[in-house]
Amino acid sequence: MSDSKAQDRPLSPHLQVYRWEWTMLYSILHRMTGVGLAVGTTVLVWWLVAMAIGPGAFDLVQSFLGSIIGRLMLFGWTWALFYHLANGIRHLFWDAGMGFELETGRLTGHTVLASSVVLTVLAWVCGYAALG
Amino acid sequence: MSFKTPIGRVRGLGSAKEGTHHWWAQRVTAVALVPLTLWFVYAMTSLAGADHATAMAWLGDPRNAILTILLVIATFHHVQLGVQVVIEDYVHAEGMKIVVLMAVKLACVALVVAAIFSILKVAL
Ligand code: HEM
Repeated sequence: MSDSKAQDRPLSPHLQVYRWEWTMLYSILHRMTGVGLAVGTTVLVWWLVAMAIGPGAFDLVQSFLGSIIGRLMLFGWTWALFYHLANGIRHLFWDAGMGFELETGRLTGHTVLASSVVLTVLAWVCGYAALG
Repeated sequence: MSFKTPIGRVRGLGSAKEGTHHWWAQRVTAVALVPLTLWFVYAMTSLAGADHATAMAWLGDPRNAILTILLVIATFHHVQLGVQVVIEDYVHAEGMKIVVLMAVKLACVALVVAAIFSILKVAL
């Protein structure tokens, strides 16, 4: 029992043998958005450090973020955040022992995806409104 | 052979003697991040395209400085725990795994310190 040597245990079958389920996509998206956000959040540190350095450094970050590529990255970051946030709350309900039924799992998953899209659009409408 | 009861073997222990600490810290930071990130997105939408003086004034407000520090700490603590799990799932060569884990943890600490130092420099 406490023998920790590697053993030749059978491997579980790989992904392609399973029937397609939306919940599979929602699961891997949590991981992908988590890692994507982690990489993207280094830009927040750049933004803060540049602000402390002075106007020149700060304007550089702002013009990068304001460029087409910068805006696309920020848009992706916003969606990833709202997806991960909403699905993270779904995770927390599972941790509390709720929402494991198949139908419930599908429904909460669809709700997460839909709300992430709605919240992203909403945030960008507010952002462009602030830009004037 | 161990003479401990099964529950005694499990309670608070794992092979690393840290039990559920990692899992728990991931949840605590997740709960903290819900209000913090919502506040952050709200703040950033109103700061879109801001010049240096406007951004300085914003971060100079103690409330914004404190919330940003909390956000940065919660985020990188959560990231360091989360990315650790991802690495453990996909990187199987023992040496490489240790190198990557250390690089991620050290990078997270460095980023947090750089961020907090900058916030304090602006706000104090
Ligand atoms: C906004 C509120 C957030 C909530 C509620 C949340 C929730 C969670 C939860 C519950 C997990 C564990 C998932 C599991 O056990 O499989 C997790 C994992 C993770 N989170 Fe978050 N999170 C949030 C924000 C963030 C942010 C801002 C980042 C990055 C900057 C991030 C990066 C990650 C990463 C990298 C993982 C590991 C993914 C994995 O193991 O598959 N999270 N999050």
